[in-house]
Amino acid sequence: MKNENLYNYILGIADNSLILGQRLGELCGHGPTLETDIACTNISLDLFGQVRSYFQYAAKIADDNRTEDDIAMLRKEREYKNVLLVEQPNTNFAYTIARQFLFDIYHLAFLSELEKSKDLTLSAIAKKCIKEVRYHERFSSDWIKRLGDGTEESKQKMQEAIDGLWTYTDELFHQTEADKIMVKQGTGVDVTKLKDAYYSSVSDVLKEANIQMPESKYFQKGGKDGIHTEHLGYLLSELQYMQRTYPNMEW
Amino acid sequence: MSDKKNWPLWEIFVRSKNGLEHRHCGSLHASDSEMALENARDVYTRRNEGVSIWVVESKNITASNPEHNGELFEPAQDKVYRHPTFYDLPDEVKHM
Repeated sequence: MKNENLYNYILGIADNSLILGQRLGELCGHGPTLETDIACTNISLDLFGQVRSYFQYAAKIADDNRTEDDIAMLRKEREYKNVLLVEQPNTNFAYTIARQFLFDIYHLAFLSELEKSKDLTLSAIAKKCIKEVRYHERFSSDWIKRLGDGTEESKQKMQEAIDGLWTYTDELFHQTEADKIMVKQGTGVDVTKLKDAYYSSVSDVLKEANIQMPESKYFQKGGKDGIHTEHLGYLLSELQYMQRTYPNMEW
Repeated sequence: MSDKKNWPLWEIFVRSKNGLEHRHCGSLHASDSEMALENARDVYTRRNEGVSIWVVESKNITASNPEHNGELFEPAQDKVYRHPTFYDLPDEVKHM
């Protein structure tokens, strides 16, 4: 492939939205209330819409007769480059919201930088996505505050979810080889520069929500390099089932 | 939140275009007005239906009693002259 670094870089961005979108999609018909159910699946659809733009572009870069669907559906687990955070399961509504919140704050900052990319396609996609993500961030931040500052039980569950997912936050600011090369070329976003602002935004919301900011300095990473938690395999088997069972099926 | 198990009901009004009035489009549950607005955004405007949303808690609406329909509405039925049906509306006038 002529431009493998760019291809891998696009996948790194797209896979986050794809896997998180799939996780939220699992809630379709299972949300805690009708209204939050619709909200979560709306966010899921936003993310899948974004994913299409990225994978269409990746297919063009790859130029090897694969379509956007092939790239989305037919890779093996090790070839997915999403961060570990987004593949974590919907343990309960607090986890769903905490995962969304911890990703949204990052996603918003990331897209604001990607808008300035020298790659005009990526910059255009970022411009289109950022409005949606601004709403996601508003939705998840609001719920962090509602649950954290709600009842005794909701506060405890929210705190558990933030504590449980905290270990995956640092990976957001980890750079792969493709990332570093893309940053050098002015195409990619230097995520290391987003870290301080990220933790300060997260801290502001948690403070308002009466949630303790975890102090743990033990962080996990690996997703960006294809080393995933055990949860991803199950998610992919559901995501890929139709294409694997009925190859090339369409509707 | 008065009842933690059951969120109150809200009536949702959406203005589809600037210049038109807000129209009632349905109802939903939410614990307060802010949440009602966000829920309304997700439930009723995600297919580009609106430019503005009003939410009103349903208990604040006073409704007429269907038993009184006779005295309230029927007297109007035989007074066709109260309806502006005797002139043709120009095509340019929309939303009458």
